Amino acid sequence: MNNKKSEPLFHVIKRDDMTRGKAWGIRAISIVAALLLCALVTTVLTGDNPISVYATMFSGAFGSARKTWVTLQSLSILLIISLALTPAFRMRFWNCGGEGQVLMGGLAAAACMVTLDGKLPNALVIIIMIIASIAAGAIWGFIPAICKAKWNTNETLSTLMMNYIATQIVAYYTVLWESPKGSGKIGIINQNSNIGWLPEIGNKYLLSILVALLVTGFLYIYIYYSKHGYEICVVGESERTANYVGIKVPKVIVRTMLVSGALCGLAGLLLVGGINHTITTTIAGGQGFTAIMVSWLAKFNPITMIFTSLLIIFLGRGAGEIATVFELNQSFSDILTGIILFFIIGCEFFIRYKLVFRSGKKEEVKNV
Amino acid sequence: MFDFLITFIPRAVGQGIPLLFGSTGEIVTEKSGNLNLGIPGVMYVGGICGVIGAFAYEQSGNVNGFLAICIPLLCSLIGSLLMGLLYCFLTVTLRANQNVTGLAMTTFGVGIGNFFGGSLIKLSGADVPSIALTKTSAYFSRSLPFAAKMGWFGKVFLSYGFLAYLAVIIAILASYILKRTRPGLHLRAVGESPATADAAGINVIKYKYVATCLGCMIAGLGGLYYVMDYASGVWSNDAFGDRGWLAIALVIFTIWRPNVSIFSSILFGGLYILYMYLPTGMEHMEVKELYKMIPYVVTLIVLVVTSMRNKRENQPPLSLGLPYFREER
Repeated sequence: MNNKKSEPLFHVIKRDDMTRGKAWGIRAISIVAALLLCALVTTVLTGDNPISVYATMFSGAFGSARKTWVTLQSLSILLIISLALTPAFRMRFWNCGGEGQVLMGGLAAAACMVTLDGKLPNALVIIIMIIASIAAGAIWGFIPAICKAKWNTNETLSTLMMNYIATQIVAYYTVLWESPKGSGKIGIINQNSNIGWLPEIGNKYLLSILVALLVTGFLYIYIYYSKHGYEICVVGESERTANYVGIKVPKVIVRTMLVSGALCGLAGLLLVGGINHTITTTIAGGQGFTAIMVSWLAKFNPITMIFTSLLIIFLGRGAGEIATVFELNQSFSDILTGIILFFIIGCEFFIRYKLVFRSGKKEEVKNV
Repeated sequence: MFDFLITFIPRAVGQGIPLLFGSTGEIVTEKSGNLNLGIPGVMYVGGICGVIGAFAYEQSGNVNGFLAICIPLLCSLIGSLLMGLLYCFLTVTLRANQNVTGLAMTTFGVGIGNFFGGSLIKLSGADVPSIALTKTSAYFSRSLPFAAKMGWFGKVFLSYGFLAYLAVIIAILASYILKRTRPGLHLRAVGESPATADAAGINVIKYKYVATCLGCMIAGLGGLYYVMDYASGVWSNDAFGDRGWLAIALVIFTIWRPNVSIFSSILFGGLYILYMYLPTGMEHMEVKELYKMIPYVVTLIVLVVTSMRNKRENQPPLSLGLPYFREER
């Protein structure tokens, strides 16, 4: 840097004039740049050429009808969890407890399947399962919410701890219900009677996809066109303003977390009752955390979230395929996801601010 | 009872040292106003970089004690420094959201750890069945030669590798610097109110960068200690588990004081393995799973209780989690 002049090479100013189209343009550029870097990393590690890397990834996600359905199914679960977290995030309540809320929802569903088998007709069991899962998820969301509302407990950490508590509770029941004894897992529940298995619509993948679409629609209306959504938004922007206009902040916090937890519980129900028909401690598979980023990437907009969760699922399944083909570790997808996230996180800067270079000198180009 | 404590305490310390590294690192980071949720990822990276360094060194042939310690240590520090720089670049320079950046770092870091841990052998083309760095690890876990002769005293206080003592020294040093020196005062000012600090002529960006990077390097050593000393040089994926998150929770438990963290880390280390010692009865092995919950439940209760008491001196740095932009006041 030139020390003779006191004016720095460039300075940063905030900009308000960015149109939505331009902002998405910048994000698209950053995603493309990130994908190029991902291809480079993959090429270095596997020695394959970048184009065939993406061909492999694409075939991993959409290579056959079954793979496409599985991709869509995973997409719908991730989407539901992301949507579930969104109301809390719009309120600036960092719900990192999606994982635990999903687990508790799933556990409640599994509990109904195990204990009510052969005692009640199937339809009734399913109705009880739906209520139980949603309630269990909501309770798991309620505990951190009430602490936050009453004593302003740090919600990031309390929800995190709730995750591990949920994991251990599931581990406890896994040992309690394990079958066959000593196998350390529950196995498929009610394999013969199919009690508590959610009905298949069309094929076994479609149910969760339809539920995801319904939840997307519901959340879109809830966030943008309901009084609750408005209150959430005000609390998120400024608690003082909310107090001033007569919104009861603790009530909004608790209510929003109940919604958030309930939807996570729903995702747990789908995972246990609809997809896996069993429960393990890893059934949520870290999606509670991934969902945080999916939701943030979409700027907390339910419709955009469909695309961001597609991006993440595509990367996950694509990188999984690469890992299988080249006999690498499955965690490869985490690395690629991380790279993409860093780029998108970084590019927000260029949407909110612009660099103004020192005038009178040669214009220098700053690389993104 | 006494015999029990003599076997229990060293194991609790072994579990507690990674937490101590992690929480000291996070305290230094948080004092600059950065809430780094990427610490779990950083600890994985610190661990795996040490493993890669040690693996490469062991593959190269004869092992010399000095280099066997220096190479993994250096690799680990560089790895976690890079993670710290990445975090700082995104949150300080580009003013990104710290929660999201931190979580992305955790995903990325854990991914790096498990990926290289699982694929290192294939990538390097070595013909060994698994990564077991027994030779280098022996240097890491070597305790003082006279420790074995000192009876229970030696076992409880002197039976650890050098990294364990380093952790305690770093924690005491960090505590002293934060509380008693001028850079520490400046750092706390940056964390409390960057605008005021800036007006007083403190270079806010420099302090944030240095504190966060140092914090990451300290935390990364926790990962290194875990692999090279506690796990005797055997890397297994996800073995490090959720200790990173516990370390972050410990920061609140210790109300941002590294010296308190020495004891609370060991306490937490004890809670972490307590389930192995609690009676369950042969009929109810499943209760063990509930015992494993103890550290998290205790953390949660502590979190709630500290927030209920709401004392002024026990509060987090005022600007924790907020980006600083000079023109935005």
